[in-house]
Amino acid sequence: MFKDKLIPLDVWVSQFVDWLVDNYRDFFQAVKWPVEQTLNGFDAGLNALSPFIVIALLALAAWRFSGKWLAIFTIITMTFIGLLGLWEDTMTTLAMVLSSVIFCALVGIPLGIWAGRSDAFETGIRPALDAMQTTPAFVYLVPIVMLFSVGNVAGVLATIVFALPPIIRLTSLGIRQVHPELVEAAQAFGATNWQVLVRVQVPLAMPTILAGLNQTIMMALSMVVIAALIGAGGLGSPVILGLNTLDIGRAVIGGLSIVLMAIVLDRITQSLAQKKK
Amino acid sequence: MDKIIVENLYKIFGAQPEKAMKLLKEGHDKESIFEKTGMTVGVDNADFAIKAGEIFVIMGLSGSGKSTIVRMLNRLIEPTAGKVLVDGENVIQMTQNELVKFRLHNMSMVFQSFALMPHLSVLENAAFGLKLAKVDSKKRRQRAMQALEQVGLAGWENAYPPELSGGMQQRVGLARGLAVDPDILLMDEAFSALDPLIRREMQDELLKLQEEHQRTIVFISHDLDEALRIGDRIAVMEGGRVVQVGTPEEILKNPADDYVRAFFRGVDPMNVISAGDIVRDTHPTIIKSKGGSLRATHELLSGSERDYCYVLDARKRFLGIVSSESLREALEGGALDSPIDQAFLDDGVTVNVNDSMQAILPEVASKNWPIPVVNDQNVFKGVVSKNRFLRTLHRTEESMEQHK
Repeated sequence: MFKDKLIPLDVWVSQFVDWLVDNYRDFFQAVKWPVEQTLNGFDAGLNALSPFIVIALLALAAWRFSGKWLAIFTIITMTFIGLLGLWEDTMTTLAMVLSSVIFCALVGIPLGIWAGRSDAFETGIRPALDAMQTTPAFVYLVPIVMLFSVGNVAGVLATIVFALPPIIRLTSLGIRQVHPELVEAAQAFGATNWQVLVRVQVPLAMPTILAGLNQTIMMALSMVVIAALIGAGGLGSPVILGLNTLDIGRAVIGGLSIVLMAIVLDRITQSLAQKKK
Repeated sequence: MDKIIVENLYKIFGAQPEKAMKLLKEGHDKESIFEKTGMTVGVDNADFAIKAGEIFVIMGLSGSGKSTIVRMLNRLIEPTAGKVLVDGENVIQMTQNELVKFRLHNMSMVFQSFALMPHLSVLENAAFGLKLAKVDSKKRRQRAMQALEQVGLAGWENAYPPELSGGMQQRVGLARGLAVDPDILLMDEAFSALDPLIRREMQDELLKLQEEHQRTIVFISHDLDEALRIGDRIAVMEGGRVVQVGTPEEILKNPADDYVRAFFRGVDPMNVISAGDIVRDTHPTIIKSKGGSLRATHELLSGSERDYCYVLDARKRFLGIVSSESLREALEGGALDSPIDQAFLDDGVTVNVNDSMQAILPEVASKNWPIPVVNDQNVFKGVVSKNRFLRTLHRTEESMEQHK
């Protein structure tokens, strides 16, 4: 039994993707364009800035949202990464993370608000979110490469697919957690739907939305190595290169830098969310 | 004058309210409709009117539909059928825009769980309705501050709600309701979450505010004492139906059915019936004049069967009590004919028309004369005698006995 393949799903999928590439090239190029512009802007900007200024800006953010200890930690960590000789890769990774997070927020927060206010939409979108989070990233690397070719932009797009679900989920959760009596009170005093949203629901959901943003950043960072497989630059490339050439030292400094940067970004955004509470 | 008229108001919770309405009209009750269709009858044919300037308490146990009714008055819950007329205008037929305007200006609400915005300061919370109504910021601040002062929260405007005690939070809730200066204030179990002492304090506060500025207040409560204490009239609800509407005295003396009676069992009528309800104008009064009046009053009393006379000023304000004995003593002591004050009894105290029978009992019991009753301006309204007091008590107890 099962010696013969009776359902050629693989063939169908290949044909479907080929058809998409042939017929919807313009559409995918249009999707790619804003991402490409944003990414290139960030990448050029961050690499043009003197490392001192970048470190100073990060430390300033750490100091504003948390305190002097996080600022000191940020300075030490980022200097350490620079001394490892990975500063340029780090800036590319930071640019990729920032771009994907910006697009995740732009798409994810409105969708999350919609899901938070509509049970039907929440029910409809949930399987899609589950699929996005559980499908191994390697599976959609192939169609992404076919649709967008290789490189940093394709890497960012793959990252967006992977990192989008938490911000949608947590925004929806945040909106749903607002006590119904507060919504009722606003309505009783004559608030319109829009006013209920911007005066009550969004401000009160803000800590949860920021927690979602934090999760999105973390997931974006965890995609760095995978994105390097399709030619994205940044801190993923020394890891992949180290893997291919069995150069353990190179792989470790790449991995270590990713972890350190994750810690810095995580602490800064977490304290931002804490502060909003 | 009727401010709010509720006509044949229904609310069915469920997927097909028409079906439940049909069953209801066919005479099925709430339980059988729930068994048949799974739908809940929230409010079943409510029909009553609320007068301008009164505190109207809607009372019932949880699940009786009282919170649903109050939310249909401002359409936080859409009724299944019926009318809600406010100043003659049907709220149910308002468009969304009209409804928003109506909520902004005519009706505000105070909630059981306070429902304050935790991200806004006390001042911003009090100004919440004003901001929605687009009142400019200077005026907004001024009116919100005024409302906070009214509820005794001046000086707290920069605090945040979570920093305040429950009682203070509800004062903010009340200030938020008052700041928009609505004709109608809906209070949904507004004091139920507060502990008894604070609750009483807030009830007094509300009565005081009501005295200064008469609003139409619809007050939801499950607490009988509260209803009796603050309600000008009470509607008793059971299972979605309004079973009786009336003044506390009316309901107490003549409960509509066993449910209402059970509700009111254990209520001491002495707490409900006030001095004003049993006051009688049976005793002679005289107006104090500049000329002599000791002798004239003495003549008046000895010519009647009464021993006591109540002395008022020209505006009928109470001055004192004289007895035939005190008059005689004054005359025999060789006093001049005037003023009459010299014959006043030492402890001629008055009670207020709003005092309960319970509150005036010590005075009635300890004095030989009928106790004078005055209003807030000290104007004499009549007297309450021991006889009258006991007869009232006897009658209400008898009527309650009979109904048991």
